[in-house]
Amino acid sequence: MTDVNVKHPLQLDTPRFSIKKPEVRRDIQGDLPGAERVQSAMENFIQDFSRPVATYMESCIHCGQCAQACHFYVSTNDPKYTPIWKLEPFKQAYKREAGPFAALFKAFNLKSKITLAELEEWQELIYDSCTMCGRCTMICPMGIDIASLVGLARHAMFHAGLVPHELWAVAERAEREGSPLGATPKVLKERIEWLTDEYDIEIPLDKAAADIVVTLSSIEIMKYPKSLVAVAKVMKALGANWTLRSDGYEATNFGMLSGNAQWQKDLTMKIIKAAIACGAQTVVMPECGHAYGAMRWQGANMYGAPLPFKVFHISEFLAESVTSGKLKLKPLAKSVTFHDPCQISRRGGATEAPRTVLQALGVDLREPESAGNLNWCCGGGGGVVTIHRADPLRYKAFEIKMRQIDATGAEMAVTSCANCRQSFDDGKVHFQWSNTIGSLLELVADNIE
Amino acid sequence: MQLLEFARGPALTLALTILFAGSAWRLYGIFRLRSKPDYSEPRSSALWAGRVRGIVSRMWPYREFRSSTTLATTNGYVYHVGLAVIVFAYLPHIHFVERLTGLHWPPLPEPVIYVTTALTIVSLLIALLYRLTDPVLKLLSNFDDYFSWLVVMLPLLSGMMAIEHPFLSGVPWPPPSLPMLVAIHLLSVELLLIWLPFGKLAHFFLVFVSRGTTGAAMTRRGAQP
Repeated sequence: MTDVNVKHPLQLDTPRFSIKKPEVRRDIQGDLPGAERVQSAMENFIQDFSRPVATYMESCIHCGQCAQACHFYVSTNDPKYTPIWKLEPFKQAYKREAGPFAALFKAFNLKSKITLAELEEWQELIYDSCTMCGRCTMICPMGIDIASLVGLARHAMFHAGLVPHELWAVAERAEREGSPLGATPKVLKERIEWLTDEYDIEIPLDKAAADIVVTLSSIEIMKYPKSLVAVAKVMKALGANWTLRSDGYEATNFGMLSGNAQWQKDLTMKIIKAAIACGAQTVVMPECGHAYGAMRWQGANMYGAPLPFKVFHISEFLAESVTSGKLKLKPLAKSVTFHDPCQISRRGGATEAPRTVLQALGVDLREPESAGNLNWCCGGGGGVVTIHRADPLRYKAFEIKMRQIDATGAEMAVTSCANCRQSFDDGKVHFQWSNTIGSLLELVADNIE
Repeated sequence: MQLLEFARGPALTLALTILFAGSAWRLYGIFRLRSKPDYSEPRSSALWAGRVRGIVSRMWPYREFRSSTTLATTNGYVYHVGLAVIVFAYLPHIHFVERLTGLHWPPLPEPVIYVTTALTIVSLLIALLYRLTDPVLKLLSNFDDYFSWLVVMLPLLSGMMAIEHPFLSGVPWPPPSLPMLVAIHLLSVELLLIWLPFGKLAHFFLVFVSRGTTGAAMTRRGAQP
């Protein structure tokens, strides 16, 4: 990796918006010969074939409507960003290797073998230009869940060593250090000490027994540390028996985003083991979209059994707290718009939770056009925000987001995903955008009665 | 007359056999694979209701997508409904089904069928034009798309050519004076039946499987199916 590291320095500790436009490139990991890379990709892809995957692979009618739902297509009009096209090599592999008529396709070479060049070409489409936001799933007249297929295609790409370098590197760092951004247990401890002093609030760490384990996104720890204070204020107001655990605090899962299922499992299991160790009945996931999906919908499958605790996104936890009357909020006389993180609303089923919270705050909620389950993605999800070469494309997609937020005329915009906030902050600097986005959790914490 | 007999006899049997066997094999190809167990705690267990909602809710695009999809969706409806009307509401076709199954029902008046056929042909031509000119569709399209279009269009054209005179309800079906045209029409339909399980026309039944799969998965999560 040395050459690549020198050629494309990772700049992981540099603020995102100061990174200059990188040259266009295709990344490759390891020293496998080309044929073995292709073989590995195909083997891993075939491993993932299940009934739903086969259903989707058989069902596309090439209507092209998914293009109209994709922020990367809509903002560029480049047909290659048509969501289903991003899966073309894998559809080809399925038809040739595993479909019901695979024997015919193979015997008459009706579908040719995938080549390394094709996989390299598709690297950009599988990673840089798909946030797995699932908006295309909503428009597909056949109901094909393209986002889930892209997630599976990434498994194959990872094992072929064909991951964009920055995404590969943060995933590897998360596996090695426990955090993609260097928020190691030592850093977490230092942050907690600093925040405890600065804000005069108790942030419990490593309690031996607790009802609630709170997890964090390393983006919060490193970039938005006030989130830790906010969650502590909420827990204090609730009188909750809660803790952070240094053996299971990092909720982001770059193993999942990069396509390494083993790393995904390793990262998920840390939280599961930590929660079990302190007897928690509830695990609260932070303001992070993919982290919620990784634990709420995939966590039990990594564990291999139903989880022995409930999993809530922080917005669900807040909604439940205000609905039950345990958390009382001061009215906020402001107009507010909400950006739905795709993995929490559209893909996660928790669309109503933030609205319940905002209603409890008594704000004038101004929904953007195409909100809730049909919301436009910020453009930075699915690991895309880590990929420097994707910046120009991501900025184009972000223009949709800016227009959407501006059109509401709301005084304030909030979201419940630190990764979205990071994309917004980066876009704000790039476009010198006058608007800004805040955290729903912090808004709540600032307005506790 | 020999060709017509062939089309009505062995060719039809063969086409129907391939249609049913091919469709069954394609479905078997999907259902032989296992669904991985999902241990996550479901928000809703009403998965069959979710499947139905998934099937129904995708019959028309969500409001947010209508500006870009209404034309294509409307055109799609025109030729789908048109084909259904032609196949199931034209008296000779009802006679044909009656001969095979014994089932029959009242037809629509012939002028309605002719107008529907004309609309369906125009609609299919629009679909082809769209596929040939739209950059996204051009990129996605392959042999299956064009061949499937052709095998749907051929029975319409050959059927129009085979029309001789009004068919009246209750009057015995007269032998065709131009058997060759009827035979060609039948063979073109049989080509459609033979191709259906292998290409995109299989969305005829896959649409229920695919929409239902996503409908159930999203309902499980409490998300919009």
